[in-house]
Amino acid sequence: MNVVVLIKQVPDTYGERKLSPEGRLDRDVSDVIIDEINERAVEIALQLQEDVGGEVTVVTMGPKSAVDTIRKALAMGANKAIHIVDDGLAGSDALQTSGAIAAALKTIEFDLVIAGNESTDGRSSAVPAMLSERLKVSLLTNLVTLSVAQGSVAGTRSVENGTMEVRASLPAVVSVAEKIADPRFPKLKGVLAARRKPITTLSISDLGLFPLEAGGENSWTQVNDVIAQPARTSGTVITDDGTAGTQLAGFLAAAKLI
Amino acid sequence: MGKILVLAEHDQHALKDVTRELLAAAARIGEPVAVVVGLPGTGDALLAELGAAGAKTAYVAETEHAEDVLATPAVLALETVANTVDDIAGILIASSVDGKDVAARLSVRLNTGLIADAVNVEESDGTVMATQQVLGGTYSVKSTVRGIPIITIRPGTIEVTQPTSAQPSKITIDIVVDPVGSGQVVARDEDEIASSGRPDLRTADIIVSGGRGIGSKENFAIIEQLADALGAAVGASRAAVDAGYIEHKAQVGQTGATVSPRLYVAVGISGAIQHLAGMQSAKTIVAINKDANAPIFQFADFGIVGDLFEIVPQLIKAVNARRSDELINI
Ligand SMILES: Cc1cc2nc3c(=O)[nH]c(=O)nc-3n(C[C@H](O)[C@H](O)[C@H](O)COP(=O)(O)OP(=O)(O)OC[C@H]3O[C@@H](n4cnc5c(N)ncnc54)[C@H](O)[C@@H]3O)c2cc1C
Ligand SMILES: Nc1ncnc2c1ncn2[C@@H]1O[C@H](COP(=O)(O)O)[C@@H](O)[C@H]1O
Repeated sequence: MNVVVLIKQVPDTYGERKLSPEGRLDRDVSDVIIDEINERAVEIALQLQEDVGGEVTVVTMGPKSAVDTIRKALAMGANKAIHIVDDGLAGSDALQTSGAIAAALKTIEFDLVIAGNESTDGRSSAVPAMLSERLKVSLLTNLVTLSVAQGSVAGTRSVENGTMEVRASLPAVVSVAEKIADPRFPKLKGVLAARRKPITTLSISDLGLFPLEAGGENSWTQVNDVIAQPARTSGTVITDDGTAGTQLAGFLAAAKLI
Repeated sequence: MGKILVLAEHDQHALKDVTRELLAAAARIGEPVAVVVGLPGTGDALLAELGAAGAKTAYVAETEHAEDVLATPAVLALETVANTVDDIAGILIASSVDGKDVAARLSVRLNTGLIADAVNVEESDGTVMATQQVLGGTYSVKSTVRGIPIITIRPGTIEVTQPTSAQPSKITIDIVVDPVGSGQVVARDEDEIASSGRPDLRTADIIVSGGRGIGSKENFAIIEQLADALGAAVGASRAAVDAGYIEHKAQVGQTGATVSPRLYVAVGISGAIQHLAGMQSAKTIVAINKDANAPIFQFADFGIVGDLFEIVPQLIKAVNARRSDELINI
């Protein structure tokens, strides 16, 4: 079975994250890493591979530096990678990103695409669903368990008021939630092996996209205003002298919170 | 402004709160038009409620597959209405697990932009503008869309308007759902949190959250007791969830729920940046932590340095005492 994992490079949330006045992530101020949810997606793909065989291909669309993200996934054990990289893609929105990824996926054979449920920077939870629509394959989102058997994918999907057992026939796009699996740490052997694993790069013209389909200027969504929220400041801090619980109740009552 | 389509979320019998919020948001920017997708009979069951919430018209698509096929019935219904009705100025969908799928797929079908998880919508010079909180609530961004905007709206962020009594006109639409090629639901299971009777975390007015400092699953009962005393929802840090004190559903933060309650009480939580990302837009933050250097104190309106196992029981008692005083005074 051929599994594709969509991975994204994002700013490390332990560091500073800034938006430019145009509403784009300022990639210069922060360290960039593979989004943790995508490490989990790679992990579950590798577990599936251990069960049923086949190949794991990671796909990312992002700047040149995103190759580090690819290496991380290859070091974990993925077999090969596609890097969609072109200056003209900078600032693409979810609709455009899904279009570019769909075009890249048409160059390979796949049974299952695994994405994260939500990226930590974009947080639109849109790319996987958009991709399923573009590829005209079925979609299961927010899975906390995942298994493959007899031409279909099944799992438990987490929703607001509980869970549901879901299934879809392959090929399919799925997105996974944090609970799906804890990612393995790459071993030294994996890191060394990753250097020799193939990475295909694809540009806008390789993908056959119209330039008008890509990049911030042509995006479907336009940012009109960016307002930095005032940082929170600290208020009263007391040390418990045996009456703090009662004092807190007093504070809550005075603030009409109880 | 033109018509604003609202995808009604419901349980086949009654509207979910978010639907009233979506219709109220729609009324701010145009004429609210509901789109209902449900099992046969749902349209008539919901019509009065939709009218009360401000819908002028309801397009109703009924199918046997409303519950066992994911997203596709709603995508088909919205696509049909969008392609047959003139003068549509926007489409509003709940930013729920299901709603997000519908919105994203519809965006490809209609080839128009999507704004995800908005907290406000307004009209500005004849275009619809949506506000999102991004990067863990550190920025607020206003955006517009080329084409008909599809906007998902975070539940609990839009104030509901006064009910009206007009019955909306009902227009039936036909959709043909082929389950093959779609995600299918085999079984549903409601979880403990949903059946606990406590308010929903994402829209709760008050939240009590526990962290690693609670120490064990058994000890977590102290958080639940405080929540019940305050009429609050229960939340948790990722460390508490990872340690198995509580289900993942309760996680607040960057990879959990984003919440903005009136009151957020963080107990035994250090205040890591990924936790703050989910709760820093709370009106009032209270923290209880034995480490005076815990980062949470830099954000708390009221902080107590001390042992939560001393403080929380006393707090519960004091809250309950005030409650019973009030009852006596009435
Ligand atoms: C990609 C990514 C995503 C993440 N997403 C999230 C997220 O969504 N939500 C989230 O919460 N975290 C998230 N995290 C994890 C985050 O970085 C922290 O590890 C986590 O929030 C810590 O949880 P905590 O505060 O409960 O635990 P700790 O940091 O261990 O803090 C426990 C606190 O309890 C206090 N304490 C202990 N005993 C007592 C006592 N008896 N009385 C009073 N206080 C006591 C201690 O002083 C300490 O400050 C994420 C991390 C990453 C890398
Ligand atoms: N630029 C990208 N390259 C590869 N995968 C992506 C990209 N953007 C989003 N994804 C995938 O889609 C998931 C959800 O992202 P989002 O729709 O941005 O919330 C991510 O976890 C990735 O798996």
